[in-house]
Amino acid sequence: MCLGIPSKIVEIDAALKTGRVDHLGTKVAADFALLDEPRIGDWVILHAGFAISRLDDEEAKKTLDLLREVAEQDPSFLS
Amino acid sequence: MPKIDLFQDRTTVEALLRRAARLRPAAGPSCRLMEVCGTHTMAVHRSGLKSRLRDAGIDLVAGPGCPVCITPNDIHEAALGLVMERENLILSAFGDMTRVPTRRGSLQSAAPARGSSVRVVYSPRESLDLARRHPDKEVVFFGAGFETTIPAIALTARRAALEKIGNYSVLTALWLIPPPLRAILQAKDARISGFLYPGHVSAVIGPQAYEFVPREFGIPGAIAGFEPADILLGIVSILEQMAAGRPRVDNTYGRVVSPDGNPLARAAMAEILDEKDAVWRGLGRIARSGLKLREEYAAQDAERRFGLVLGEAAADPPGCRCGDVLKGIVEPPGCGLFGRACRPDLPQGPCMVSYEGACLAFYKYGRNR
Ligand code: SF4
Repeated sequence: MCLGIPSKIVEIDAALKTGRVDHLGTKVAADFALLDEPRIGDWVILHAGFAISRLDDEEAKKTLDLLREVAEQDPSFLS
Repeated sequence: MPKIDLFQDRTTVEALLRRAARLRPAAGPSCRLMEVCGTHTMAVHRSGLKSRLRDAGIDLVAGPGCPVCITPNDIHEAALGLVMERENLILSAFGDMTRVPTRRGSLQSAAPARGSSVRVVYSPRESLDLARRHPDKEVVFFGAGFETTIPAIALTARRAALEKIGNYSVLTALWLIPPPLRAILQAKDARISGFLYPGHVSAVIGPQAYEFVPREFGIPGAIAGFEPADILLGIVSILEQMAAGRPRVDNTYGRVVSPDGNPLARAAMAEILDEKDAVWRGLGRIARSGLKLREEYAAQDAERRFGLVLGEAAADPPGCRCGDVLKGIVEPPGCGLFGRACRPDLPQGPCMVSYEGACLAFYKYGRNR
């Protein structure tokens, strides 16, 4: 139920706060009632048909930097 | 697509595993980390992390984070009773819920009353649509879930009330994640040294919901995502906290979990639902650990609408130790039925049914290492 794969918003009905997202290449109906100002192109986590969180690019970059750092500091990195 | 390859990258994962192993000795004599969420349970088995970490002296223990598993049998049997005894009723549920065995069989195997049926849905919205399309039938959504799903379920009840859809109601099995964590720590028998907190429940409730864990119990923890590197980042953080003797609630899944969680989702929950004491499979009654529809939504509450009598927890299937599995006291192979009388094609308990169930995870991936 809680798969972590993000979906991308591709359609919005602003009045109803519903629309569609692209989830791994398939377009599925989504409800944006729990999202502040949904925008086309936003990446969201969809859960039981509702977007419950929007992905934060800055935070994603920070985590990726941290991962790179861990890999580079690893003793086997240069060997 | 945000770059997720690095989260699955082998080199990164190996580097994180080595870092965890290096930190391990400083973390103390015992290291039992509970992965609260069933999706984490599945992920650590599927990726092989479970046994890799065990080799490094880090034990991962499954927790109560599977809604299908912790919903006790009295509620499953009430759902079954509705569809078997009432005519012209559509009972809709998430797929796994329909396969849980009870004394009267499962929803999937039930013989519905005349004009009644069981329908599998992916979203409570589909359930509300069923009610719109079948005004001549009662449509009951078997709404089981944690804070990830609860706002969605609550909103459909409110929409039914606002749009005057008079034939829609919800059989609620709504569970809050923080209270059982307190119960597990108070019971002490699971000997937990840290929590890997669920990524998506936390996206709703926010990190501060777990602050009582380090404050009152001195237990470290981290919110983590679901890719192998995400999980290891969380574990490394917990080990660092253990080594430093400074427990806190770390958030290693910042791209999805914001510091305040999702206030809109929490507002919807607070407006539509009230807290109640609830009985969990295995964990028993836990104060203010469940939610029910507020008085103004009594018409959307299947329990009140149909005068269902719940709360007398029906006995668990004979021999099934799901309850102890959910508390982190035994691992699935410790159950006498595991792999013999109880298999995915013949589940005896919900922990073998659910895609997030610990028994299924062990059965599917236990052999690969
Ligand atoms: S193996 Fe089957 S019977 Fe045993 S605890 Fe798990 S679900 Fe229950």
